[in-house]
Amino acid sequence: MDPGLLAQYVMNGLMLGMMYALVAVGFTLFFGVLDVIQFSHGDVLTVGAFVALATYIGLRSAGISSSPILLLAMLVVAIGAIATLGLLIARYLVLPLRAAPALNTLLITLTLGTVLRESVRLFYPQGADPKSFPALLPTSSINLGQFNLRLDNVIMLAAGAAVIVGLQLLLNRTKLGLAIRAVAQDEETARTMGINFTAIVLFTFALGSALAAFAGIMNGLYYNEINFGTGLLLGVIGFSAAIVGGLGSIYGAILGGFLFAGLQTIGAVALPFAGAYKDVFAFAVVIALMAWRPTGLIREKISERV
Amino acid sequence: MRRSTTSIPIRKMLSATVGATVLTGLLSIVAEPAFAKDTVKIGFIGPLTGGNSAIGLGGRNSADLAVRLRNADTAAKYNYDLVGLDDECKPNVAVQAATKMAADRDIIAAVTHYCSAAAIAAIDIYHKFGLPIVVWGAVLPDITYRNQYAEVHRVNGMMINQNETNTELVSKLGYKTFAVIHDTTDYGKGHNQYFSQALAGKGGKIVGTFGVTADQQDFTAELTQIKALNPEVIYFAGLTPLAVRIRAQMDKLGVRAVFDGTSGIVSDAYIQGLGPLAEGTLAFLEGAPNAKLPGGKFFMEKYAAQKYEGPPETYGAFAYAGMDLVLNTIEKVGPDRRKVIDDMAHVKDRDSIVGKITFDDHGQNTVAVVTRYVVQDGKFVEWDDSEYASGKRKLPGQK
Repeated sequence: MDPGLLAQYVMNGLMLGMMYALVAVGFTLFFGVLDVIQFSHGDVLTVGAFVALATYIGLRSAGISSSPILLLAMLVVAIGAIATLGLLIARYLVLPLRAAPALNTLLITLTLGTVLRESVRLFYPQGADPKSFPALLPTSSINLGQFNLRLDNVIMLAAGAAVIVGLQLLLNRTKLGLAIRAVAQDEETARTMGINFTAIVLFTFALGSALAAFAGIMNGLYYNEINFGTGLLLGVIGFSAAIVGGLGSIYGAILGGFLFAGLQTIGAVALPFAGAYKDVFAFAVVIALMAWRPTGLIREKISERV
Repeated sequence: MRRSTTSIPIRKMLSATVGATVLTGLLSIVAEPAFAKDTVKIGFIGPLTGGNSAIGLGGRNSADLAVRLRNADTAAKYNYDLVGLDDECKPNVAVQAATKMAADRDIIAAVTHYCSAAAIAAIDIYHKFGLPIVVWGAVLPDITYRNQYAEVHRVNGMMINQNETNTELVSKLGYKTFAVIHDTTDYGKGHNQYFSQALAGKGGKIVGTFGVTADQQDFTAELTQIKALNPEVIYFAGLTPLAVRIRAQMDKLGVRAVFDGTSGIVSDAYIQGLGPLAEGTLAFLEGAPNAKLPGGKFFMEKYAAQKYEGPPETYGAFAYAGMDLVLNTIEKVGPDRRKVIDDMAHVKDRDSIVGKITFDDHGQNTVAVVTRYVVQDGKFVEWDDSEYASGKRKLPGQK
């Protein structure tokens, strides 16, 4: 295969993997801290992308046309709004259901996802139609044979990596991160040590949702298009990636995300028949992996004392 | 014979009641002309939610327009009540909607389906329950030609003619290499089949065929492969949401080919979703544009007067014509499903806003005209009227 072509596939896979990893990290955070599967995570991503688009349209009509300012404003507004949304979801939907079976929380977040998705479709003007997302990053590119190396892709990859590294630093090097890990490990003891449990949970949900908003904007910038169904498959893939990587482990989520993207790309390229089966291939491999390692590729190092 | 044991006051009450009922009955028969007309229910099914809802709602509004105009007509024998259901452009939901509509014996006839995948799943239901329907937007030939169902009719054209015209144009323009992207529903697969057949006789070569799911978001893998194959034209068989994504990602990956689409992408949503990227897209549609239809001006005026929330979109005129035909038939033979089916078997040269409607032995209307469109300056412009035809602008790779 032409090296340029191979490089293009690798780049496609990396971009996809980055987005899946960001979504998977969110799932893993929620599960780690509260043992809940927040199934509306993908649709929270969609809402984030639409909030960013609405901000862009608002600012453009106010006369602002500088790309860096627009992008910064979109990021700030979308991340702020979606962090608040995550906080509200935690406060009013997830925390009150802690005493109930975990299935109930899964169900309620699943239906919330549908509500969010349909709300975008109904209340955003012509929400059912695909929307053009502006290209705010520099679009210059270098042609290396078959490979079109775009500057905006490189920037997005770097930004995504920076966000993940930043998250790791937050979790491992700060007191806040310490508190989050403590709550994830043992809620009772963490409380005994004086950690404000509710505050930590709310913060974690806000953080995970902010990551989703960032991923949503990245999605929009990458494809130059968003629609109300964007988050649906992303949520499912992100969740599968988090599980296959090891639910509760950040590294596992990242690994799972890139692994899934790699499988999809291999499926699309290597399968002799229609590339429409690439998802079938990828999910089939995920099922096989989970049969081999049920607790995920990177196992949680904590064991529960009965 | 036993003597009646009913006491006298109750017997008096009974006879009074019977007498009152008979009197009321007589009065109502005599007084009928002064009362309201009987209400007849007719149905509409289309994609009212989801990515194709713009076209579905446009069709529903157009059918509603036909009903309103009929209800405003004092010479009409019945008062009509439109029952609208959503098929979400999904076969499983379409079957549920079709069953609900067909099982309701009060609904005499219906105008149904824009999505071919939905229609082909639902026609068996209409046949089973004996509900006469007129398809207003689905183009898959199998819908009318797979079976001989007396219940199923269609006012719009089919994809065979569309692809014939399509391949004629692109061959005339000198394009030789094609890549096909089609969605894996019956709609996309049907188009792929007919396009390939029509192209075979004209010397074009298909360098690759890619099937994609109807809700797919990422096409970088397919488009990277297509870039390596370097076709001059990408033929896309699918609906607007996918078309917008594919065209946007084509630009991202630097794939410079003509984007050649089907009737599924002729919609305002396509232009709005892409902005300037839509420029130079080819598309084909059965029937003439609304302005050039025999009843086009009338339809557009009446539609605008009702102040619906959205435009009639591409197939609104056909939905109107289909509903109008159904209403005319019910006026003629009465609100009876069997009689409507029998009368619709003999539709020949009936006037409508889309021209004369004639159903063949499979209930299919012949729509001879296929309009060729190209997107120019944010609008679907007829090919012959465009600057691409005159040579002032050139499509990518046009000689």
